[in-house]
Amino acid sequence: MIILQALVNGIVSGTLLAVPAIGFTAMFAVLRFPNFSVSGVATLGAFAGYLAYGVGLQMAGSLVVAFAVAGVAGLAFDKLAHLPLIKQGALPAAIASIATGIILENVVRLGFGNAPRGYDRPIARDVFLGDIRVSPQQLETMGLALLLMLLVFAALAFTRIGKAMRASADNPELAALKGIRPERIATLASFVGMGLVGVGGMLLGLDSSIDPLTGTRILLSLFAAAVLGGLGSVPGAVLGAFLIGMAEELSVLVVGSQYRAAVGFIAILVVLTLRPRGLLGERAY
Amino acid sequence: MLSYILFIATIGGIYGLLALSLNLIWGGVGMVNLGLAGFFAVGAYASALLTTVGHGPIAAGWLIALVAGGVAGLVVTLSTTRLREDYLAIVTLGFAETVRLVASNEIWLTRGTDGISGIPGPWKRALGPDFNAVYFLIVVLALLVVFFVMRRIDRSPYGRALRAIREDAQVAQVAGKPVLRFKTEAFVLSAAIAGLAGALYGHFTSYIAPDMFLPLITVYIFLAVASGGTGRPAGALVGAYLVMTLLESSRFFVEWIPGVTAVQRAALKELLIAVALIVVLRLKPSGVLPERVPPAPRPS
Repeated sequence: MIILQALVNGIVSGTLLAVPAIGFTAMFAVLRFPNFSVSGVATLGAFAGYLAYGVGLQMAGSLVVAFAVAGVAGLAFDKLAHLPLIKQGALPAAIASIATGIILENVVRLGFGNAPRGYDRPIARDVFLGDIRVSPQQLETMGLALLLMLLVFAALAFTRIGKAMRASADNPELAALKGIRPERIATLASFVGMGLVGVGGMLLGLDSSIDPLTGTRILLSLFAAAVLGGLGSVPGAVLGAFLIGMAEELSVLVVGSQYRAAVGFIAILVVLTLRPRGLLGERAY
Repeated sequence: MLSYILFIATIGGIYGLLALSLNLIWGGVGMVNLGLAGFFAVGAYASALLTTVGHGPIAAGWLIALVAGGVAGLVVTLSTTRLREDYLAIVTLGFAETVRLVASNEIWLTRGTDGISGIPGPWKRALGPDFNAVYFLIVVLALLVVFFVMRRIDRSPYGRALRAIREDAQVAQVAGKPVLRFKTEAFVLSAAIAGLAGALYGHFTSYIAPDMFLPLITVYIFLAVASGGTGRPAGALVGAYLVMTLLESSRFFVEWIPGVTAVQRAALKELLIAVALIVVLRLKPSGVLPERVPPAPRPS
């Protein structure tokens, strides 16, 4: 029974984790460097959503604010700091992205200090399904996360720009030959990818509290989800997020809650040793 | 004032060791280590535990730190050397986070976030106020040894092989160089030096805690290597002291701004360092002392 409850919790947290994981992996697929500023962007998104919710916006509206603020900030840093370095290689860009992550973290710290803050959501009684307990708030955030993922998948599958993005990720030269402008795709990938990361930071902060290190705390799980599914694969990131979410909850039963985050690191090492391309392979979509 | 300068010079020397460690793999082989802070922490904890809980001699602590750093480096590279470089970036970053997690939670061993205090310093009681000066000399000695080993590697055929791997691993492989072995060796040596630096740090400050090993340390060291000159040991040393100067002068600078809290001051300092790294990477990636590739000796 405890195991079943842990699995349900894992599915809930996996759904929330999938949102930033999609953002991270999609940016990797198009821009070809691991963007470590996701930690700072997730924190920024969480605080932007917190402010919006505080001035009276609904949950969905606050998520839109988190998306927009994180997307614009992420795009600005990509254009100013990361992408000009890509000529020197993926690694200088990745190193610069650690620095931009620290910049964002400290911008938030300048404004809000280190004290944790909570979203004041109305309290509701937990719902029981048999012996499994879920809170209505968890269901709400999970529903919003699922909706967002559906939107992303639909956009990638059916819209022109989504198809162009997949083509560009798959083979940039061929896509450019077909008249797809690579810098437009890069701009879109930065904005949407970082927007999703910002929303993810807010979704994962909703249940507990947020502080300047909120994004850093989800970093390991985020990487693990993306690597497990195959770096650059959007469905892979979703699958990876569910598996990491469940593994983390199950690990709490075995080794206690302190080591939740270490599960991600161990998963990364195991996957890279046994199946480095990830479960679904390194393919965008 | 003198003790302040000695303190800064010692910490700068320890950063210099870290910069030499990073320069060996980043400048030499073109591998990245975003978890430098983690290897630094492994060395610091290994030596601190051996000398406090284990009551071992300090020299043994330093030796253990070297070994522990190297073993950690081996574990990290084993699963990733075969893969593309971005995976190593992710794994090393994750490694540093995991080390901090273990250090914060294995309270029976590391005393958690309280940290380990009372780490002995060499001849500390006998030296009294002269301890800082003597310790500075010890750090300088370690720095010189590592520096000359690094320069020897830099100018040896081995160093040229490492550079060849950096420029094009495939060509190096075709030329018959054991690319995987060389990469692993370089990374292990580099991680061992970072471990030693950690031990030197712990015995100097006599106190270590998990939040001393934040990713910010890694940013300092990348800034040191990039500003000093990637690929040149002397550049790494110059860079380390440049970073130390920047850190200390920024401290005076932020204290001078009116109306900010202590937390905001710390945030401003971190912001400044991070901005400096991006500016250096964008404007002067070759650094103050650009790399010089010595010509290979001609066969006579």
